[in-house]
This record gives sequence, structure tokens and C-alpha cells, in this order.
Amino acid sequence: MGISRRQFLQGGALATAGIALAGKGEASVDSPEMRTKGLKSSTTICPFCSVGCGLLVHTKNGRVVNTEGDPEHPINQGALCPKGSALFQIANSENRLRKVKYRAPGSDRWEEKSWDWALDRIAQRMKETRDKSFRKSELNKKDNKEYLVNRTDGMAFFGGAGLDNEECYLWTKFARAMGVGNLEHQARL
Amino acid sequence: MTNHWIDLKNSDAILAIGCNPAENHPVSFKWIEKALESGATLISVDPRYTRTSSKADIYAQIRPGTDIAFLGGMINYALQHDLIHKEYVRDYTNATFIVSEQFDFRDGMFCSFDDREKTYDLNSWAYATGPDGNPKRDRGMDDPRCVYQLMKNHYKRYDVDMVCAITGTRKEDYLNVAKSFCGTGRADKSGTILYAMGITQSTHGSQNVRAVALLQMLLGNIGIAGGGVNALRGESNVQGSTDYGLLFHILPGYLKSPEFDNVSLSGYVEKWTPKTKDPKSANWWGNTPKYITSLLKAWYGDHATKENGFCYDYLPKRSGNYGYVKIMEKMGKGELEGLVCMGMNPAVGGPDSGKAREALGRLTWLVTADLWETETSIFWKRPGVDPKTIRTEVFMLPAASSIEKEGSISNSGRWAQWRYAAVKPVGDARSDLHIIDEFYTRIKALYLKQGGAFPEPITRLAWNYGSGQEPDVHLVAKEINGYFTKDTTIKDKDKLLTFRKGDQVPMFKYLQDDGSTTSGCWIYCGSYTGEGNQMARRDTSDPTGLGLFPKWSWCWPVNRRIIYNRASVNPAGEPFNPKRPLIAWDSLEKKWKGDVPDGPWPPMKDDKEGKYPFIMLPEGHGRLYALDMKDGPFPEHYEPVESPARNLLSRVQTNPVVKLPKNVSSDTARFPYIGTTYRVTEHWQAGAMTRSLPWLVELVPDMFVELSETLARHKGIRQGDKVKVTTERGSIEAVALVTSRLKPFNVGGKQVEQVGMPWHFGYAGLATGDSGNVLTPTVGCANTGIPEFKAFLCSIEKGGKAA
Repeated sequence: MGISRRQFLQGGALATAGIALAGKGEASVDSPEMRTKGLKSSTTICPFCSVGCGLLVHTKNGRVVNTEGDPEHPINQGALCPKGSALFQIANSENRLRKVKYRAPGSDRWEEKSWDWALDRIAQRMKETRDKSFRKSELNKKDNKEYLVNRTDGMAFFGGAGLDNEECYLWTKFARAMGVGNLEHQARL
Repeated sequence: MTNHWIDLKNSDAILAIGCNPAENHPVSFKWIEKALESGATLISVDPRYTRTSSKADIYAQIRPGTDIAFLGGMINYALQHDLIHKEYVRDYTNATFIVSEQFDFRDGMFCSFDDREKTYDLNSWAYATGPDGNPKRDRGMDDPRCVYQLMKNHYKRYDVDMVCAITGTRKEDYLNVAKSFCGTGRADKSGTILYAMGITQSTHGSQNVRAVALLQMLLGNIGIAGGGVNALRGESNVQGSTDYGLLFHILPGYLKSPEFDNVSLSGYVEKWTPKTKDPKSANWWGNTPKYITSLLKAWYGDHATKENGFCYDYLPKRSGNYGYVKIMEKMGKGELEGLVCMGMNPAVGGPDSGKAREALGRLTWLVTADLWETETSIFWKRPGVDPKTIRTEVFMLPAASSIEKEGSISNSGRWAQWRYAAVKPVGDARSDLHIIDEFYTRIKALYLKQGGAFPEPITRLAWNYGSGQEPDVHLVAKEINGYFTKDTTIKDKDKLLTFRKGDQVPMFKYLQDDGSTTSGCWIYCGSYTGEGNQMARRDTSDPTGLGLFPKWSWCWPVNRRIIYNRASVNPAGEPFNPKRPLIAWDSLEKKWKGDVPDGPWPPMKDDKEGKYPFIMLPEGHGRLYALDMKDGPFPEHYEPVESPARNLLSRVQTNPVVKLPKNVSSDTARFPYIGTTYRVTEHWQAGAMTRSLPWLVELVPDMFVELSETLARHKGIRQGDKVKVTTERGSIEAVALVTSRLKPFNVGGKQVEQVGMPWHFGYAGLATGDSGNVLTPTVGCANTGIPEFKAFLCSIEKGGKAA
């Protein structure tokens, strides 16, 4: 267990204080009101599996300081699995991507770029590929007839079972408007 | 799921086959345990003795990829012992339907197979129709050509001895399972079947699911509390991403994506709108014209008019297969220039991932949006590769996490639940909504300025999500629900309802095919109404006591918590199971009580307005016999593509509709063991989300391969040794985990060992390791293309890579 002697003693001291307080008929230290006093609270749904457990997210000065199972949520009633409990570490991870990165052809490193630079270049690439690979119509071998297909064959869009519904909706709408038929995600795997 | 997570508590028998909820959906077990406390039986059918098995009353070992034999045997057991729910089967399924004379099945093959194309002619499996155009029926179910008799005949080959010889299950275990689960064929008992990728990741995956559905229909277990066909889905919003049509073959709301020969909107509607001449059939898909028109209207706004077919021409038309495996194949041949991955990691998540990584190197450009570096975004510097040789230009965009943005996700039980932004995104990260919006607005600007190939579908797209820097997610959610485009009056029964232009549509029965309504995804119509955002509701009342929680979040369709619920009552509208009434017809008030019923009509018995319960099918009856499956009307057992066994049921070894790729091998001299992949509690999918979190990495730090004590002894492998696992696709190195959870299978009198492994690992993140999917084959299900990750052949040697 990753608890130091010092932390253990602190815990013990708090527990004793809790008993003392509870004895006076006041809130114990493990009561949510005291533990999260002065913190902002909002609800969320776990980003891992599909059970859809609820969590509370507590923040202070724009930082997540605590996450825990939402006791009012009818499915999980406050319980969480190890992954759900680790949501806190997603919020505070040093390994999260914070900058737009670009890797030039043949290069062995990332370069930091601005959103504007990257998005303009991506838009250009997408447009070039679409213009080059767009099929207005296609000959069908079976009946030897030409059919209107309005399809972009030169690129594929993947994702995303991790996106919100509204994001999925804009993604599908954008993909079809671009003529992308190669549209797939995790549900096929 | 036809049902939902909390409903598991209402089951008398829970059959978990091809899933492991205790480890992969841990909190669901709360409700399984609730059922167990009330006396339910838990059955675990799995190649491994999992944590779910450890809590089960009955555990039955099954050889990977033999689920149809297992379930077919249960179908046979229910039919032979007459354990079926007769009234349900006769009135609600197509058991009574007569099949055309042409239909035939012989020695593993259905009729009308084209050996060159590897396809069946599905027309040869049609129902026999009477002079009124409706399918002929025999309500006595005695006609040898009725579905009931054909099915009985088909599955009588699946007797217990035959089944156990195929699946490797011990006979007493098998009989226990069959007896116990088929005991729910009574009206006062409910049984649920839970499944996950153990069922779907197979060359006959869709037929595995159908075998589950067949058994549940025979036992009267669909549409009832505590019953159902319940897919335990893997990602938090894979239900939503499927609902929204992020797949080549569907548009939002499971509308078909247009094919090349659906040349106009009317042609599309003609092709995809099912018809019936039976007035008792609701034939809900008969509303297809309303849903596709409302979708086009949401996408093309004022540009979409009746005269131009509501801009139907703007949609891309498919000709053939654009599934994941096919796309990767094209990429490998250099036929694709670009790829965008929004939170998806094909370098780990797909089959034959060594090939997938090479294929990424044939792209001109790659865009990824993620929380972390993934194996896909750094494929160009993966171990053993010189970045100089890879010409792909890579953009890696930092995405916001789930608590840094606002929006909804849909769980496996179809509950769309709203999330809030607790904090701002870290660093320069942005929500995917914002990123997609930027893609669109910049491309639109380029097309307006420069022109190009057919710009109209882009320049005329309705994209009005506020004036802020980021799109307003509430405006997107409102568009998904849909609104009236003009003042409208609708007659609903005896009421006249008036709506103003701009009003939200309250539910999908008011959507129209004349352009007067929009709806970006018809099944979500009702999620964001004039009364506000229904997905954000947090009322914890549970009036039925069944755990439906009708005012917590919102559930598609129309907040119906258990679908096909008209099958939970008899034709008079009385619950089959008075102990757990889900809906009931109140004949005095002339309305349904309980869950939102599958349509407002009175019970089926009502001569004028009554409807059959399976409202999504034109014949209104659950299909024991399917008309539209590519590989047969009944699920039939075939071996996995890589198998150590000969098919004992017929001379047809593998699914005849599946074309075999080159890099598969059933040479048991080289690959004597059955390989399978699975997941662990502590990691998630391709691993990017968990292999970067120290708490989880500490719990499961290494890629491992699990093997039995007997195989370990035979190979001289000890716990913790480095081993090498090889298939026809490649080799990986991992740490050996020797357990008694794995046991060899009895295959034709020989003991065949199995090797199991997680697929969460890769070369990015804090905890790295070889990927299980380097080993898996690129051959998929005949109907869906989902790859056969669960059953392949491999060898294992001591000594790691050097072995």
C-alpha cells in the first residue's frame, strides 16, 4: 500500500477528531458537507465502459480536487470501479496533451504549432484530397450504367465511441457533407 | 440492450455468455447480485473461469467460437422438452409462418448459394404468401413448412452429445445450464442473456446474436422486465456513436446510407421503406420517408426543398463495402491519402495491427485528436522503425476530456445522460465539438474562395450553432431533436395540436415527410423538447418499483425503458407475469400504464386498432426465421476460420459466406493452441486512457499471456517468465501468467490448450507492452465485418522475443 507512516498517523488523528466532533452531535469528518465545503460541485458520467455511472466532480479555483461516485445516481448509487475512480487522474495528468503538435514528413520529432496554423493546413489537406479523389459518378460493372455517387474516396474518418452524442452528430454530418464514405469507428471492432 | 442495467435485478436467471460483467462492467454486478439475493441463478459460459464465473451458480466452459452449437443445443433442449412459452411463440413470433417451397437446408448449406460470389440468393428464403399478399400461417404449428417445424428439424441435430463434442463443455454442466435457463420459458419467470465481444467478434457473430434472440423468443423473454437480449457495450458512448451513424452503412437513427442505385430520394424511400398489407402490423419503418426528410432538412435547411429532393443528391452513395478492415486494406495499398482519428487508435485496436501500422505509413496525412499520445499518433517513431523512411505528415490535436466539456452520452441501456464542464480544458486542448466545427468552417471558407469539386454539399450545409468561438452544444442537441420549420397543425387521434415555426418537436410521431420538420437523429426526437433538456433530468422516483427511473435522464426511443414491451402482455393487454407487470392495459381509462408502451394502440386483440408487438418488422412478429441475414435464416454452427477441430455437424468447415484472407492458418502442427483476447478491469480498450494513469498502471503494469498449469508444465514455463506467442500474422512478447482459470478443451478426444491475453497494450503511454492484436486475423463476420478476435491459432515458447 502506498501510505506512509506520516499519512497513516494523520489519518488516525483525523478519525479521532471525527469521533470527538460526532460526539457533540456535529457533522463527522467523513460527511460530504465538511469534506467538500467551499468546493464547486458538478455531475458527470464516467468516460470508460457503457454502464453509465454517475460521478461528482469537485473543483477549487478551476482545478479538479476530488472525484467520487454520485450517491444519487440510480445505477451506481455512489459506487465506482477502479477505472471510474481514476477519473481524477485524467483531470490532473501531466501526460495530457496540452499543445498542438506537428510532425513533418520524414522528421523524427514533434514541433509545437498554433491551432490556427494546424487547422488551416489540415483544411487545405482535406480539400486537396477531396478535390483529387472526388467521384461525381461511377460505372457499374453489372448493368454497365453510370450512377451519380458524389463520393470522396481518398480519405477516411475514424471515431469515436469516446465522443459525446452532439460531437458524433456533427462528425457524421461533416463526414457526409465532405462525401466521405470511409466512415467507421469502434463499433465495427 | 433491449433492457437496461438496473433491470438485471428483475431476472430469475442470468446467462452471461461471451461477456464478463464482473470485470468489464463491474458496477453492473451490483444489479446481478441484487437478483442473486432474490434467488436468481447466475450462469457463466466462458472459455476462461472469470470473476463472473466465480460468482456463478453454474459455470460451463466453452471452446472459443462455438457459441451457435452451445445456444443451438439450448434451442433444441427447449423445443424437445416443450419448455417454450407457447402463447408468446405462437402469437408474437413468426413460428406460425409458412416458408416458400424453395427453401432448403442440406449438410451445412442453405439453398441458392453462388459458389463464385460466395453469396446466397436471399429471395429463395421468402415466406409463402396467400391471396391477400400476407404470409401464410398455421396457428397449430403442425405444417412441416412452418417456421416452428423447420426450426425444430434444424436444431434436432444439436443434441447434447453432439453439442458437447463441439464445445468441449462437460455434459453435466451443459445439462445444468440448459435445464436451469430453459426453466424461464414460463410466463411467471424471466431470464436475461448478457453478451459482449465473445459473441460478436466471430465470423458468424451476427448469427451468434441471433441464436441468443431465438432462444429468448422461444422462452418468451423479450420485452419483459428481467429479460432481453442485452449487449454489454464496451465504450461509454459506443451506443451513441452507433445511433448517430458513424459507420459506412447507416445514417443517424439507423436509416440506411444511400446505395449507388438509390438514384433519387423517391428511389431511396422506395428501396428502404418496408411495406405490409397486414393492418395489424405497425411496420414502424414505414415512417422512413419522414425520418430521412427530417434529417435532410436538418442538414440542408432552406436549401432542402421538395423540388430538389431535399438535397438528397448531396449525400455520398456507397457501392460496396467500406468497413474498417476494407479501409485498412485500401490504406495498405496506398489508395488513401488522408485519415482523421477522433479518439480512435487503429495501431492497437484493429486486427493484424502490425499491418495496420505499416498501412498508416502509406498515408500522405494523418490527423489525430486525443487526450494523449497514442500508438497511432506516434506510429512513425514506433520501435524498430526509422522515422526518415515515413513520409506521412502528422497532426496531433489535444482534445478536452469528458469533464472539460458539456454534452450527452448514451449508455448500453440507451439512457442519454447529460454531462457538465467542471473545468476548462487543460492547456490548449479543445473539445471535439470545437475541433470539428473548425474543420468545417475552414473548409467551407476555402470552397467559397477557391471553388473545387462539387462544393455545394459543403457550402450549403446548415451549420448554425451560435456566434461564440465554440459551437453552442445546446443548439446542436436541439437540432438533433428537431423543430418545426413552419407553423403546423397536426391531428393526433381526436386532438388538434398546433405548433409554431421554431418549436421543438415533442416526439418522433410528429415528424413529417414534407419538409415541415427537422430532426438530426429521429430516435432522439423527444430528448430536447419545449420543456427543456430531458437528458439532464435527475428525478430519482421509481413508480413501478422495477427500476425504470422514467424521469432520470432520457432514453431512446420516446423514453421507453424496455423495448418490445408489448410482448410482456397477452393479446388482451394483461401482463404475462403479474408479479412484475411492465405495462398493462387499463380498459376503463383506455390507456396503458407502466413503461412507455411500444406505440399507443390498444392491445393486439382489439379488432380495429390492435397491433402486433414487434413493431420494427413489417410482419410484426419476432423473426425466429430471418429473411435478411447473408448467411442463412437460422444460425448454423461453423468453426472459426482458424480452428483445431473439424466441423462435426456438417462438411462445411467455416461460414461459407466469409471469404478467407491469405494470412490465416489452421496448421495445428505449427499453431497447436487456441488463442483468444480479453479485457481486464484496470485497463480500457486500446489502453491510451488507462496506461497513462499511475493508479491503474500500478495495478496492471505489464502485458501478459495467460496459460493453464498443464500447458505451462508441458512447455517448462513458469509464472513471470518471458514468453513469445506467434500466429500466422506475427509474434509478441509478454509475461507468462500461469493460472487454473484456463483449462484445456476436449476436442475430438484430444486435449487442446488455450492461451488468453489482454489487447490493451502498445508502445505509447506510461505502461508499454506488445499488442495482442498483432496476432489476430483480419477476417470478419459475414454480416457486420467485426473481426474474429476471439478465436485464432497460435504457438507459445519460453524466452520472449529471442525464443
